[in-house]
Amino acid sequence: MKYLLLFLGFTFASATLADDGMAILQKRCANCHDLSGPAAQSVQALWQRKGPDLFYAGSKYNREWLEKWLVKPRRIRPAGYHYIQHIKPGKKRDMIDAATLTPHPVLSSDKAEDVAEALMKLKAPAEMMGAAAFKGGSISVSFGEMVFDKFNGCMACHEIEPGYGGLSGPEVYTAAKRYQADYLVSFISSPQAWNPKTPMPNKHVAEPNIQKIVQYLQALAKENWDEKK
Amino acid sequence: MRKNKLFPAFFMMLLIFSTAAWPDDAEDNYKNYCWQCHGMSGDGMGLNVQDMSVQPRDHTSAKAMGGRSDADLFKVIKEGGLAIDKSVLMPPWGDSLSDDEIHDLVKYLRKLCQCG
Ligand code: HEC
Ligand code: HEC
Ligand code: HEC
Repeated sequence: MKYLLLFLGFTFASATLADDGMAILQKRCANCHDLSGPAAQSVQALWQRKGPDLFYAGSKYNREWLEKWLVKPRRIRPAGYHYIQHIKPGKKRDMIDAATLTPHPVLSSDKAEDVAEALMKLKAPAEMMGAAAFKGGSISVSFGEMVFDKFNGCMACHEIEPGYGGLSGPEVYTAAKRYQADYLVSFISSPQAWNPKTPMPNKHVAEPNIQKIVQYLQALAKENWDEKK
Repeated sequence: MRKNKLFPAFFMMLLIFSTAAWPDDAEDNYKNYCWQCHGMSGDGMGLNVQDMSVQPRDHTSAKAMGGRSDADLFKVIKEGGLAIDKSVLMPPWGDSLSDDEIHDLVKYLRKLCQCG
């Protein structure tokens, strides 16, 4: 009986946390982030979304990262979201138009916990995740970089360390901190299953190499980038 | 009258029930997918070029683009640089674009380079 009460009490508490979190999401986040899906079905519709979709957040993020980032957000995509809205022609190449980038809203740590609770409940439909799973293992940063850059050309759009790499996609040196390993495997094997109009191409990376890339992202994420910046 | 009233309803139903992604026009596709490397003006000077070991093709140059047939351009867009013995840095777009959208992009490239 005591345990039952404790159990009921616990589920009730976690349900109200999630309710509070959902209320915050609806009020303060829904104008920029889609919370119910599906993903944008046309390029124009994608450009109208002011931030990345969150309707599958529970299958994508590491909760610990979410709670920290919402309290102290820092830029993930050097050229913002969507990149075409934040660039301008420059002398040698197109440049980031920093004046158009705005800081992300900040939450108190209490609210961040509620919001994270609610976000982790938003799971992806099974067809988005597919059968992809991370199988574990590790790789050296230098071999990983060969697979990521030389063999597959991923660095063209992604920074592999602060200030080195492409700028249109999110920085990848912190990707494994942000995202669940299974999500990374799934997204790399079919970005279009998650977002049909994403500017990231499906490069048809062979399955064993996808595993190596995720091992590489995990190795990168172990470094203390904040200190190096 | 009747027909006019039903048409919007029918259209809404299509909107709600269609699950396949919509075809986009070539200009929108070029902005969404190609600008990042080939640049806002298509001259190959995109946002990403600084640390790229092979530079993206200048799509506005008749000299750089003129030697390719429409079939070659279609192939490289759909299957990527490796498919025509070019750099892996030119991605394959076959999962992002339908064949019709790629044909439209080939026509769009012909306008950019004013060749063919
Ligand atoms: C003014 C629009 C706007 C509002 C309001 C907003 N966001 Fe964001 N959000 C963004 C943008 C733009 C990004 C991408 C930031 C980047 O890449 O640096 C982002 C990124 C995120 C990310 C990381 C996404 C990823 O995968 O990289 C999370 C999580 C997030 N927002 C949660 C929230 C929550 C929770 C709220 C409400 C408290 C909120 N956002 C309110 C625009 C917004
Ligand atoms: C043409 C540019 C481009 C190339 C090449 C590219 N990406 Fe991306 N990538 C992106 C963009 C843009 C996003 C952001 C996705 C979105 O917002 O829909 C992204 C997102 C990601 C993410 C994070 C997923 C997320 O939801 O934020 C990972 C991991 C990733 N890419 C890995 C890779 C790997 C591995 C390769 C090589 C096989 C690669 N990328 C090649 C542009 C690119
Ligand atoms: C990640 C960067 C990147 C993106 C994004 C990109 N390209 Fe390229 N593209 C390149 C590079 C690099 C080359 C040069 C390849 C070489 O010379 O080996 C190239 C070459 C080309 C060529 C010339 C191929 C030849 O030799 O005949 C065409 C055509 C082309 N790209 C079309 C496109 C189109 C259309 C898009 C958008 C759907 C696009 N590219 C997106 C990097 C990119």
